[in-house]
Amino acid sequence: MANRPMLEIVSLEKRFGPNTILKKIDLKVAEGELVFVIGPSGSGKSTMLRCCNRLEEPTSGDIIVDGRNIMAGTRRDLDRMRLQIGMVFQGFHLYPHMTVLKNVTLAQRKALKRTKAEADARAIDMLEQVGMAHKADAYPGELSGGQQQRVAIARSLALDPKVMLFDEPTSALDPELVGSVLKVMKDLKSKGMTMVVVSHEMGFARETADRVVFMDGGVVVEQGTPDEIFGAPKAERTRAFLSRVSG
Amino acid sequence: MDRFLQTFFNPVVMAQYTPDIIAGVWVTLQIAAAVIVAGILGGLALACLRSYRIRALNFFIICYADIFRALPPLVVILILYFGFPSIGIQLSGPMVLFIVLAATLAAFAEEIFWAGFSSVEKGQWEAGIATGLGFTRTLAYVALPQAVRLAIPPLVNRVLAITKMTALGSAIGVSEILSSATTAQSFSGSATPLTMSVVAYLVIFLPMVVVARWLESRTAWKKR
Amino acid sequence: MDIFIDQFFNIEIMRKSLPLLLTGLWMTLQLCSAVILLGLIGGLFVALGNMSERRWLRFISIAYTDLFRALPPLVLLIFIYAGLPFAGINISPFAAVVIAFLLNNSSYYAEVYRAGLISVAKGQWEAAQSTGLSPTQTLIHVVLPQAMRNVLPDLLSNTVEVVKLTSLASVISLSELLYNAGMARSVTYNASPLVLAALFYLVLLWPLVRLVSHFQRRLAA
Repeated sequence: MANRPMLEIVSLEKRFGPNTILKKIDLKVAEGELVFVIGPSGSGKSTMLRCCNRLEEPTSGDIIVDGRNIMAGTRRDLDRMRLQIGMVFQGFHLYPHMTVLKNVTLAQRKALKRTKAEADARAIDMLEQVGMAHKADAYPGELSGGQQQRVAIARSLALDPKVMLFDEPTSALDPELVGSVLKVMKDLKSKGMTMVVVSHEMGFARETADRVVFMDGGVVVEQGTPDEIFGAPKAERTRAFLSRVSG
Repeated sequence: MDRFLQTFFNPVVMAQYTPDIIAGVWVTLQIAAAVIVAGILGGLALACLRSYRIRALNFFIICYADIFRALPPLVVILILYFGFPSIGIQLSGPMVLFIVLAATLAAFAEEIFWAGFSSVEKGQWEAGIATGLGFTRTLAYVALPQAVRLAIPPLVNRVLAITKMTALGSAIGVSEILSSATTAQSFSGSATPLTMSVVAYLVIFLPMVVVARWLESRTAWKKR
Repeated sequence: MDIFIDQFFNIEIMRKSLPLLLTGLWMTLQLCSAVILLGLIGGLFVALGNMSERRWLRFISIAYTDLFRALPPLVLLIFIYAGLPFAGINISPFAAVVIAFLLNNSSYYAEVYRAGLISVAKGQWEAAQSTGLSPTQTLIHVVLPQAMRNVLPDLLSNTVEVVKLTSLASVISLSELLYNAGMARSVTYNASPLVLAALFYLVLLWPLVRLVSHFQRRLAA
């Protein structure tokens, strides 16, 4: 059971005009696994993540979430599938015209059709989990970046996703606020959430990731446990990249 | 000075024609209200449709908005009022005035709302879609409220400019304020009814100008 | 369909009315240049009054803009053209149109200028004056060029409105484009001259309207 794949990326390809951003990517993420994706900018790691819920339309290939292919089916099927795929953005993208609570309840009510009471209760639970319940009535503009990102995580969690995608969740944050967001992600991992994280927080990867994937030029160059990748990278490109980031 | 007052503020003429001017005020207000409601809703609907980015449809929406922003309303009013009867379409003066002004306002409102939609960050759309809301609900709950907020100050200005054009009704015999006043002026041989029309317009539109100014200063403040 | 084309797009009638419409167009262009030029200059003075440090000057210019923003231009035009003769002042239709629309337009242009002047950072004034430029020189060489660039779409769309506005002159029988088209219509009992006038306006203004949208999009992005 522990090895059941929750997210499968099958020969995923993405082209923009003449440029091929992703070249036949294959990746399996098991239930409860945290896969950490690293690579230089332009390596296609964010594009891969965005293809996983079709914010970016793949040119070809399949995305299978808990046994169901999101590339097949109607638009409505897709919207239903997206509820099961949580996504956290670099820029938070909270709705500025709604309170924190409203941000977390909107999709619960309009897409999952929960009642107001259900949605509110669930939202408060999730906000507590990320340590933001005390700001339920605040507007996003009144919060720090770290607080906004934690609310954004709660917004996704409230929909009971089967997998969470993190697209550089701490890159837009002041250094002193990064820790609070990473802590929330760590809690999530310990509760058994399946996660794919694109990020530059190598310390976090070392400590929390089950597997590290190094991407460059639209392909997966190598993958392995954090110890393998950070301790003894096999590929030359991986070594070059790691020595550059560790400075 | 006395002659001036007699000419422009003659109390006898004022008393005699006040009912006519007030009747004109009613006509103006009714047409203005209908134009505002139809024009704004029409413009909003067009802007929403445009956000679906259906190529053929958008071509027509853009052409419509361009043409009605470029044409002087009086030209269109005359074409409808004088031209349409000869192809068997009889429209009353107030109806022509309403149709043309509402269509003009809709064209401007579409552009204003569209500008609002365009300045909603791409990430807002993505957040809505990624949480399974789908395009239409993201449009309704996420993008629209933000677009409308941005649209309000320029929209108020445009509404003001176009409702003022109800005065054009005097060119096709709609008995709104200005034509009541000019009729009264030629009957009475006094300029006083014209003064009364000026006062009537100020009473109606000055508050709107003040509101527009307030809205503008508020948003200008927020930008800083 | 045939009757529609015959009534609105009658080529024969359009061709016959073309000379009359062209004279009207010439008058419209004269009106436009007078009103736009005077409006741009008048508006600048009103805007500067609005930003003045003297309270009374500020008050007067705000009252001026609000008054003429509230009055429909046609009402202003009729008041000047039909009302002033009662006070013994007789003016030509052309003068009436220019005065009425100058009052109306200068207040609209003033609002545009004001938004532009506000948009220029205060540091620009300070920097220019610290290099020894006088306030007037600072305004002309440093602040106005930036202000105009910042409000170019509004300046442009206001100018489109002025051109459209000149069609109101037909109401007081000034023989500009729309008036002449109306004349041709009443002689021929056919709306084609009006449609031709509409096409003239479109040719004149559509490029400007496109340009406004283009600028607005670029500023929004």
